[in-house]
This record gives sequence, structure tokens and C-alpha cells, in this order.
Amino acid sequence: MDLRRAPRTVIDPKVRQVGFVTPGAAPPPARSHSVATDACSTSPPAPDLSLPGSSISPVMIPPPRHASADGLSSLTRPAAAVHVPASPLRHDTVQIPIGSYNPSEILLGSSPMISPSSRLDAGSEFSDEVPTSAWLSRRGSGKFASSFPASSGEMMAMKTTGGGGGGNTPKSSLTTASVVKTLPGVSEKDGGALIEMQNEGTSKPQKQKTSKAERRAIQEAQRAAKAAAKEAGGVKPSASSGGAIPALKQGKVVKHSPQKKDGPQVTAPVTTSEKKVVDRLPEKDRKKDVPHPRMQFDDKHRVEKAKRRAVVNQSEARNRVELFRHLPQYIHGTQLPDLESKFFQLDPMHPSVCKVGLQYLSGDISGGNARCIAMLLAFKEAIGDYTTPPEKALVRDLTAKISSYVSFLIECRPLSISMGNAIRFLKNRIAKLPHTLSESEAKSSLQSDIDRFINEKIVIADKVIVRHAVTKIRDGDVLLTYGSSSVVEMIFLYAHELGKHFRVVVVDSRPNLEGQALLRRLVAKGLNCTYTHINAISYIMHEVTRVFLGASSVLSNGTVYSRVGTACVAMAAHAFQVPVLICCEAYKFHERVQLDSICSNELGDPDVISMVPGRKYLNHLDNWADNENLQLLNLTYDATPSDYVSMIITDYGMLPPTSVPVIVREYRREHLWI
Amino acid sequence: MPDVQALVNDFVLKLKRRKIEGSHASAQHTAELLRSVISHQRMPYTNQAGALIDAVKAVGEQLIAANPVELAVGNIVRRVLHIIREEDLSSTATAIEGLGLSAGSDDDDEGQHEDRPALSAAALAAAARSTLRAPSLQTLLEDIPDSAAAPQPPSSGGDSEGKSKSADKNIRSRKLKHDVIEAINELIQDIDTCHEQISEQAVEHIHQNEVILTLGRSRTVKEFLCAAKEKNRSFRVFVAEGAPRYQGHVLAKELVSKGIQTTVITDSAVFAMISRVNMVIVGAHAIMANGGVIAPVGINMVALAAQRHAVPFVVVAGSHKLCPLYPHNPEVLLNDLKCPSDLLDFGEFSDCMDFGSHGGSPLLHVVNPAFDYVPPKLVSLFITDTGGHNPSYMYRLIADYYSADDLVVKRRSTS
Repeated sequence: MDLRRAPRTVIDPKVRQVGFVTPGAAPPPARSHSVATDACSTSPPAPDLSLPGSSISPVMIPPPRHASADGLSSLTRPAAAVHVPASPLRHDTVQIPIGSYNPSEILLGSSPMISPSSRLDAGSEFSDEVPTSAWLSRRGSGKFASSFPASSGEMMAMKTTGGGGGGNTPKSSLTTASVVKTLPGVSEKDGGALIEMQNEGTSKPQKQKTSKAERRAIQEAQRAAKAAAKEAGGVKPSASSGGAIPALKQGKVVKHSPQKKDGPQVTAPVTTSEKKVVDRLPEKDRKKDVPHPRMQFDDKHRVEKAKRRAVVNQSEARNRVELFRHLPQYIHGTQLPDLESKFFQLDPMHPSVCKVGLQYLSGDISGGNARCIAMLLAFKEAIGDYTTPPEKALVRDLTAKISSYVSFLIECRPLSISMGNAIRFLKNRIAKLPHTLSESEAKSSLQSDIDRFINEKIVIADKVIVRHAVTKIRDGDVLLTYGSSSVVEMIFLYAHELGKHFRVVVVDSRPNLEGQALLRRLVAKGLNCTYTHINAISYIMHEVTRVFLGASSVLSNGTVYSRVGTACVAMAAHAFQVPVLICCEAYKFHERVQLDSICSNELGDPDVISMVPGRKYLNHLDNWADNENLQLLNLTYDATPSDYVSMIITDYGMLPPTSVPVIVREYRREHLWI
Repeated sequence: MPDVQALVNDFVLKLKRRKIEGSHASAQHTAELLRSVISHQRMPYTNQAGALIDAVKAVGEQLIAANPVELAVGNIVRRVLHIIREEDLSSTATAIEGLGLSAGSDDDDEGQHEDRPALSAAALAAAARSTLRAPSLQTLLEDIPDSAAAPQPPSSGGDSEGKSKSADKNIRSRKLKHDVIEAINELIQDIDTCHEQISEQAVEHIHQNEVILTLGRSRTVKEFLCAAKEKNRSFRVFVAEGAPRYQGHVLAKELVSKGIQTTVITDSAVFAMISRVNMVIVGAHAIMANGGVIAPVGINMVALAAQRHAVPFVVVAGSHKLCPLYPHNPEVLLNDLKCPSDLLDFGEFSDCMDFGSHGGSPLLHVVNPAFDYVPPKLVSLFITDTGGHNPSYMYRLIADYYSADDLVVKRRSTS
């Protein structure tokens, strides 16, 4: 015990160091980390476990073994720690039960440390209701739990209770993660991991000293995660997610693969082939961390290439704006008839995908969530009808298929960031399909994955957001919204159902005039509404008490990427000292950063600008394209700087825009294993 | 003068019905109307200026009441009043000078003129003007003896005139009216040509490859940009369309016909585009004495965006838009709410806007204001026909054009 404790106490500061690395909410995770480790190390049952464990871990080369042990321990411990840091971000107080559960000195001592993490008003306010609700709703599906705010707390609780009860402490946490795969080796491995953790020697501190830069730490953590995954067999996702965040630095874990081989009990049946994959993965992963540069349409060479591949015949619009050469712009309406005529010839395209593409093109489906759901459902259908061609692997072929669908959809309309995230999720799921599954099993597993994504990341996330946001609406408020956001609409309707008295100001702008549809729906429900256009924003802002805005995406520098005009509204609200609340599901967050609205955007059809609906006499711009000096620009999105945003309401809780990168990071980890 | 009264009534009606829109048009009409009022005014033997002032005030009051938001009308009324006072003063001054030179010191005029016969006519005129101004640094710099700069009630000019010799009187009375009408003609011409004078300065502000953003349509802005183009500057203009009037479309068309690279954007894209803009040039509806601007709706948003990106925000406006009033709650008090049908199709939403259905108050309100107020801190520069000025200088410029006594245009019940 003493031996073990000593190194750990040494470790703690290091762990904190890692914690600081996390951009937004550095202090809380760090603290919780240390708490977690403390909990592991000090809880009485742990040593009992370690005793049997120590017998398991005879490895050939002592130093590496220690290292590997570290890795494992890091795995398990992180597994505990991971959830902890995640949770403070989401709902800090969820952890409190943990503290209360374990009356032991350290935990008690630490709980006050956790509380500071609830500095966010939002977090503290919500912690009561939201986590419980989320938890309840999610309880049945332990395996998904990790993706939800409360789950972390739940897991932690499970773990801790397990620890209190006896030797299965780590197992419970790991199993929750790994239930999906239900591999035989899991329990053993867990035990082994725990044991090794207990055994971990003094070597760890030294290694930690060596790792300084956060990036490196993360990489190493990933590697550690991989190694663990290998050991665990199919449990890789859980492990990786667990290992990454704490980023303990057991750098050499991967290299110690021999050790893993040695431990027969620990290693799962899946062996060498996967190991190779694992070995290669870290490199790939690191690259994946940086988002790919998007296609720049002023790069003639690449555009030519893309054109040759294109399914859809597109003709470049005339009179393009010089500033936006790098974005695609085609003559609207030329694609649709062409596509329609090809409807029955597009062999590679699944009809449902084709349908969705056409709907994007014609604008029948718009809005981030709607587009994403439509796409996922189409993919689900396509997967259902998919059969692996002979002599091809399902994983590879299906990924290629999906890619071709995606590029078709891109041709119809550039992807939104939320769709990109969903596609990434799906491809990830395909890639992670165990080879042992039969085709039909694989397909049904993918389909259920898609359903789960839609349900958890969109439908339930919206409900959680609504719960959060409603607490910000008081009687007598005047709430302003811009455009038409599905979440904001749900918030208003829910608040109205709750009997709150408030007035809604719907601000709208050309050319889409989406606000009118929203207005129609709100008025039909009996809400008191005021309608105006965006130019009058400074007139109407005097009477407004809150601004609720939807977002297409939230980027990791806190920039809110949303319907064009959102930035103007947020700016006016900022100028009049009215709080701006952005409502956005966490699956729309993206690690990309953006400073202005020009580098990446989407160009709409310029013709709609020249025509003002209902005003036939306004025809000054007819035949505008004949004059090369005249261009019409129809931007679709703009980027709202983060300093205009008071709060972002997401399914993880309510956060300041500075905390977005943390959510992005946490989410990405989690993403791998839901 | 029934014909004049008919003209006034006609104009009042037009203003009330918003048939005359735009500060330029209303300013011009007002000046012409006042000119005919003055020319039809019968001149009494005594206190001629007072009579003219009263007549102008009587008409001006009606005009201002007809459309209080159209500040240009009030501006012109005040300008005309100021002209009358100035002409009166200067004619008095010349008369005194003449008296002083011919009759020497045996002048029987009242004592207040006695102590300055030796002053030159120019100094007298300056002194006369200075009495109309607020005390300022410039008054001090002009180095006028205290006695000359002593406040002289404007009406006293008329009184003194009444006391002067009757032989001069006829000539001078006819001369006063004549001079006033001449000055008003000049004013009308100024209003007409203010665009030219403003656009002459365009080359000093627009350089090669500049990117300029504007919102809505202003004739002054159009002339300003075209003037720069005529000087072979090539630049690019972003025009926000300016809902709900969409005058930006018209402006874009006009600019394109002059060969200027023009891009029409929606109003909502202003913030997105402003980061690539070098200068914002907009027209104004009125410039208030504190340097704030009443402008077509949407401009405040542009000004905020420009401030955020440190883009110069330039307002071009003729001097007839200078208003000597200080704004109080201008968003509400100096605003017009336009017809909701500009925004919403009545056919679609008329049921929700019905006052009869939901216990007297409809569920749906539509707000369609016509103007925005831009506070002076958001304005970088005013370009008027007298040159470029800071917002903080506006009060001073206004003192040049208006008499402090006319800020409230109301007939005095007595006198």
C-alpha cells in the first residue's frame, strides 16, 4: 500500500499538469483526476484486488512491464478519471454523490475542490434537474450512457460503489463501456488491468516527467489506449476513449505489446492482424486530429478532377463574386432537371439517397437537424438494401459506398458540419465492425447505430436543451429569435406549455424568410409574437430581454456558425446589453476554427436576391447577369464571434463559448464508442 | 394672400400623406414655398423683419406639424428665419455706417449704436453674426471689441430701423425683402447643388481598389461614388439592399450603369462582408446637433459592424440635413412606423393581426420602422458641402446656419 501510494502521490501533480492542458475547464478536470486516482489508490478494497493481480503480472522485462502496467493502470484509472473530468463540464454536481458515497478522507477533501468547477452558473443551476432526467431516460442502456451528461456520474457512482463492495470496481466501469461487444475476455482483462494498476511501479513517475507538451501527452495516451484496446480485444473504443483524456504518459505501452502477448488471460482472441492495425492507427489518429482542409474551388486542377467524377452536371454561375471564388457556385435549377432525368440510371446511387439529394437541391429539406436526419435515414435504408459483392469485404466496400453517396450529396448541396459529424460517426462504426459479425448482423448493428445516433444526439439532445433553456425564461420576458431554429421553437413552445408569460420577437431576413413559417407555427399555438425584419433590429432590441439563436455549428474557437444574419442580431444584442443564448446540440460542434464568414461559407442562388416576392414592381435587377459589373451575393451562413455570445446551451449543459473546445474534445472521444 | 395659403395647405397635405419623401425633395419644396410666402408678404413700415419672421414662423409651424419626422422641413424654415435676421442686421449695419459717416457724431439713434461708428462694415457684420451664435472659441478669436459683440436682441434691429429716417425706410424695406428672397434663392440653389460640392471631395476619400459598403439608396452617395469613378478610380461597391424598400437594387443598377463594380448583398450579410470592406459610406435622413444621425433603417446595424471591424463609417449629407435639435429617444420620437404589408402578406396573416379576435389585442404585431438612429460615437466622419467634419463639430456647424432664437419655431403670442 505504502509503495503504491507513494508513487501516486507523486503522480498527482503530473496528472494535474495534464489537466491544465485541457483548454476550457482545466482546473476542474485536474482536480477530479486526482480525486479519481486517489479514490482508486486509497479505497480499501483495491489492495485486495491487487494481491491476486500481482500474481498475474509476471512479465519478462521488468522495466517495460512496469511501463505497460502503467499503461494499463492508466487505462483503468482514466476510465474512472475520464468520466470525472467530463462530468464537471457537463454537470458538476453530478459528482457530488460520488463524494458523498465515499466518506473516506480524500474524497471528502476533494469534493469541495470539485465544487469550484461549477463556477458556470449554468452548470450549477442545472445540475439538479438535468442530470437526473438524462440519467433516468438513459438508464436502460448502460452502454450508451457514456455519451450523456449524467452517465459520467452514473458510471462513477457504479465504479465507486463497486470499489466499496469488493474487487469489481474497475470491471463495472469498463463493462459499461464494453457491453456492446460483450467479449469474453472483458472481465478478466479488467481484473488484470486493475491488478496491474495496483502493481504499477515507480517507473511511472519518471516517464511522466519526460512528457511535457500536452500534445505529446495526448498522443501517448492514445497509444496507451490502443494498447489497452488490443488487450481488451473488441473493447478498443471504450479503452481509447478512456485513455485519451487523462493522458497519463505511459508512452511505451504500444511497444510493450510482447508483454500483452505474454499475458494470455488478458489478451482477447483477436490477435495479430488487429495488432498491426492498432500499431498503425496512432499515426492516422494524429492526422485525423487536424481537420482536412476543405476543397477550394479556385484550385482549377482539383476542380477539374472533381468535375470528371461528378454525377451531377453543373454549370458555373456567371458573374461570380471575386471574394468567393473558392466556394462552389452553380446556376440554380440546372442540376435538378438533369438529376431527375438520371433518376433511374444512377446505378450506384441508392434511390433513397438520391431522393434526399434531390430534396436538398430543391430546398425541400433545410435546417441542420432535418438535413442530418434525412441523410442518416437514407443511409440506413441503403445499408438495409446493401449486399456485399463477392470477394469484397463489407467494411471496405460499404465505406466506399457511403463515400460515394456522400459525394453525391455534396454535389447537391455542400454538407453542413453536423452532417459531416454524422458521416464521420457512421464511417467510424463501419470501420469498427468486428470481423466476426455476419453480414446481416453487421447491417442491423449499423442500422441500430444510426437510429441511436438520431435518437440520442438529436432527439433527446433537443429535449435536454429545451429543459435547460426553459429555466432561462421568466415571466414578462421578451425573447428574440432570428430565422427559424427547430430547437428554439421547441423551447418557446415548451415554455408556453409551462404557462410562462412571455412575448416572442421573430426577426427575419431575405431571401429565405424562414421566420414567417416559424411565426405561423408560433401564432397557431397562441404565442404572442412580434415580427420584424433584420434592419429594424436596433429598433426592436430596446424591448428585448433575451436572444435565443440556433446554430448550424459551433466551432472550437467559440465562433458560432449559423444562418446569415445571426451575427448581426448577436452584435445588436451585445450593443444593447441583451444576453445572447445559442442553442445547439453537441453533435454539431466541430474542431475547426474560423474567424470570418468568408473563408468557408455556402453560396445560395443569387437569383433569389433580384426577385422580391410579392413585389412585382421591384424589378430593377432583372437580367442582372447581363452586366458583368453587377454581381449578386447570397451568403448562407455567417460566423458570430464568440464575444457576442453569452452562453451556449447544449445537451451537456450550459457553457460559455470558451468551453467549446473542451466539449469538442470530450465529444470526439466519446464519439468513438457510443 | 389666398394663393399662398392654398399653396401652404397643399404642401401640408402632401407632407401629412407622406407624398413628399426624402429630405432633399421636402427641403426644396419648403424653401420654394417660403420664398413665395415672403414675396407675397406685405411689408409694414415698422419692424419689417419682425413681420417677415412672424409670417414665416406661422407657415413653418404648420409645415413642421404636418410631418415632424421630416426634419429637413424644420431645418429650412429655420434657415429662412436666420436669413431674414441676418439680412436685417446687415442692412441695419450698413445704414448705421452710412449715418455714422455722413452725419458724424450728431446721430440721434439710440445709444446702443453710438459707441461703434468707427468700426468697419465687415467688422459690424461679423459682430452682427456673432450675436446670433452661441459663444464660442471663434468669437473670441475674431477679436471684436466687447461692446460690439454685446448681445443685441434681433428684434431691436427692426425697432431701431423704425426709428430711423423715413427717407431711407422705403428703400431699405424694399431692399430687405429683395435681399431675403435673393438669399433664399441662393439657399435653394445650394440644396440643388450640394451633391456636386460633396462629390467633389470624393477623390480625397476613395482610393484605388477600395471596397465600399453602403445600404439602401441615397442620391448623395450615388453622386459621391460616381464622381470618384469619373476620376478613373476603380473600386468595388457592396450594396445592401435595404429591406423593406429594397432601394439598394436601384442604387446598384445606377452604379452599374456608370461602370462601377457592384455587388448586391442581403442586409443580413452585412456583418459577414464588413470584414473585407475598407469604408462604409451612407446617406442620412438628418444629422442632429450632437452628431447623431437619423438614417434609413438598418444603418445602425451597419455602423455597429463597422465599429467592430474598425472600418471608417462615413456619412455624406447636404447641409440642409443639419438639424439644430438634440435628439431625445430618437428611435421612438423621430421615427415613422410603416405599413406591415411591406413585411408580411396580409392575406396570409391577417387573421392573427385582427384586433377583434383575441380580446382586443392581436397575437401578432408587425414592426416596420423607417429610420434608425446612429449615435455619434459610431460615426467617423461627416462629409457635407462645406467639407469633412467630426461628429463633435456638428454643433458648431449648426451655429453657422441657424439662429439660436429659432430653435423652437413657434409664433410668439404677442408682438
